[in-house]
Amino acid sequence: MSVESDIAIDVRGLTKSFGAKKVVDNFTLQVARGNIQGFLGPNGSGKTTTIRMLCGLLTPDSGEGRCLGYDIRRQQEEIKRYVGYMTQGFSLYRDLTIRENLEFVARVYGLEAPEDAAQGALERLGLVARAEQLAGELSGGWKQRLSLGACILPGPSLLLLDEPTAGVDPKARRDFWDEIHHLATQGLTVLVSTHYMDEAERCHQIAYIANGRLLASGTIPAIIAGAHLSTWVVTGEGLDSLGSELKYQPGVDMVARFGAALHVGGRDEAAMARVAQRYSAEGVHRWKRDEPTLEDVFIDLMTRAGADQ
Amino acid sequence: MSAEQSLPNVAPRPARRGALAQAWQRVLAMFVKEFIQLRRDRPTFAMIVGIPLIQLMLFGYAINTDPKHLPTAVLTSDDSPIARALIGALRATDYFDIKYVTRGEADADKLILSNKAQFVIQIPPDFSRQLVRGEKPALLLIADASDPVAASGAIAAALGAANQALDRELIGPLASLSQNAAPYEIRVHRRYNPAGETRRNIVPGLIGTILTMTMLMYTAMSVTREIERGTMEALLAMPILPVEIMLGKIAPYVVVGAVQMATILIVASLLFQVPVVGSLFTLSSLTLLFIIANLSVGYTFSTVAVNQLQAMQLTFFFFLPSMLLSGFLFPFYGMPKWAQYVGEFLPLTHYLRIVRSVMLKGSTFGDLFVDAGALAAFALVAMSIAVMRFRQTLD
Repeated sequence: MSVESDIAIDVRGLTKSFGAKKVVDNFTLQVARGNIQGFLGPNGSGKTTTIRMLCGLLTPDSGEGRCLGYDIRRQQEEIKRYVGYMTQGFSLYRDLTIRENLEFVARVYGLEAPEDAAQGALERLGLVARAEQLAGELSGGWKQRLSLGACILPGPSLLLLDEPTAGVDPKARRDFWDEIHHLATQGLTVLVSTHYMDEAERCHQIAYIANGRLLASGTIPAIIAGAHLSTWVVTGEGLDSLGSELKYQPGVDMVARFGAALHVGGRDEAAMARVAQRYSAEGVHRWKRDEPTLEDVFIDLMTRAGADQ
Repeated sequence: MSAEQSLPNVAPRPARRGALAQAWQRVLAMFVKEFIQLRRDRPTFAMIVGIPLIQLMLFGYAINTDPKHLPTAVLTSDDSPIARALIGALRATDYFDIKYVTRGEADADKLILSNKAQFVIQIPPDFSRQLVRGEKPALLLIADASDPVAASGAIAAALGAANQALDRELIGPLASLSQNAAPYEIRVHRRYNPAGETRRNIVPGLIGTILTMTMLMYTAMSVTREIERGTMEALLAMPILPVEIMLGKIAPYVVVGAVQMATILIVASLLFQVPVVGSLFTLSSLTLLFIIANLSVGYTFSTVAVNQLQAMQLTFFFFLPSMLLSGFLFPFYGMPKWAQYVGEFLPLTHYLRIVRSVMLKGSTFGDLFVDAGALAAFALVAMSIAVMRFRQTLD
């Protein structure tokens, strides 16, 4: 415990199957205290299952690990006490008011003076005026705000947030992330799953999972460097037909459209350079060598994961 | 708690209560939550008082244990004043509505078989003559006792009426015949159900039936509802134990059950004049025990069922035998042995014995400890199953 006291999440080889399908396969991750860990991957890649194993809602078939020093197989009670889990869908009581929901949470966590704790949370969340409104009547952004408020009300040390910003407008997303960073500076560890690249870039570390397997993990520069992708940005006319043509060129591993530009990348730098040279010689498009973005790397990872299947 | 000490840089954690106080508080959290949800659920809230009232009215009035004006046929070839006086006396009891007068025995049988008449009063051809001679002739009352409840009141009335029926006719030289018992006898044939039970206490039974239905319904859906509304996942991620969830979910409905019990008892005494002979305290506390037993069974269904529809079906699967085999609809000891054994495993069976005994006979705890113990055992077994069945993970 004391040895690992600076590591909030430390799991090795987590595996979980539902029937014949291996949903999470040999998942290993360490997250240091106070860090914001981004958790990315396509739909159905096993993010939710992984998070559920971390908070004791699912028992791994194999593998082991600790959250906040508590064994995820044997100490679920303690984990539930100190880990705040925000589910993907809204999971507070729609037919209870905001205040009643918060008071419920405060009581379940055994807080002294639950009414005061709820009032405090309402004030922090800026929800005092809406305190008596039914939670089910709130808009998506307010629901998300309330969910987060309910999660941090009992003072957890680790937050597990499962796609908290899905269906939330940009302003609310920005506020949400400011709050996450604020919590992290107070020492909270946060693991947050997301599909948004801009959110991924606000994380200290990122883990990318596809088909249940961890494909990349680390800081953003480390992940980009580790992908060994040489990327070219192509501009000009007729990018769509060029894109579909390039996909089948030897040496090209990744083709993705970003607005008015096409990102083309390959892990074999020399082969990629030959493709670029050949096409730029045609003079129709402008080819420019660029650093790969995080998204380039993820699209490459996703393409490769899809090819494995 | 070691984890807490190793978190120096975490924001100050809100103070928490002691372990036991926390457990109590978690049950309270659940209780308060469920109560608020119940209050907001208008249809359900309306049903708390509505169901007992409506059912009590329907059953209480529809199931009349002492029906009158029953269709009756008179089979006679004796047209004497004595016979007519006798028929008049029977008619005057209000129980017999003499619709047919026939001379043929076959016709009378047919009337009974086709449900046109529930009774046939057979006055033998030489009834008057035998009576005058002091031979104590027999008057035959044939009752369709396939519904023994319906027949019993009328039969009793017939026996009573017959005694005085001929007082006015038996004067002068015949006066000596009326001095002691009736100068004739009435033989009753209970057809189709010779051992028909007569004692029936629908209203006390209704307390048990109504409570079974409402209590089962309320809790049967409480766990599946959390799953279907998507709130279960968050609840499971919170530090609350299955037993605490269960107690917190059952407790509000104990209050609801108490309200229903009071409603039924008040209506029963005001509208149906059903008295409570025994102690109200005994009745209330044993009824609470019954309420808890039913809530526990319902809650167990809730942990077994996958969705609310399934929970509802389980409820009916349990409710039907409760109605049929508990002694509510049919006399318990009139059922075949196997049905009695099944009946012994239904809380309603034991409660019916309790409620009827306390309300009508004034039985005490001491008389009823076997049935009370059975109810307590039910509650405990159901709760244990529920706690074991409750899945704390999503595996």
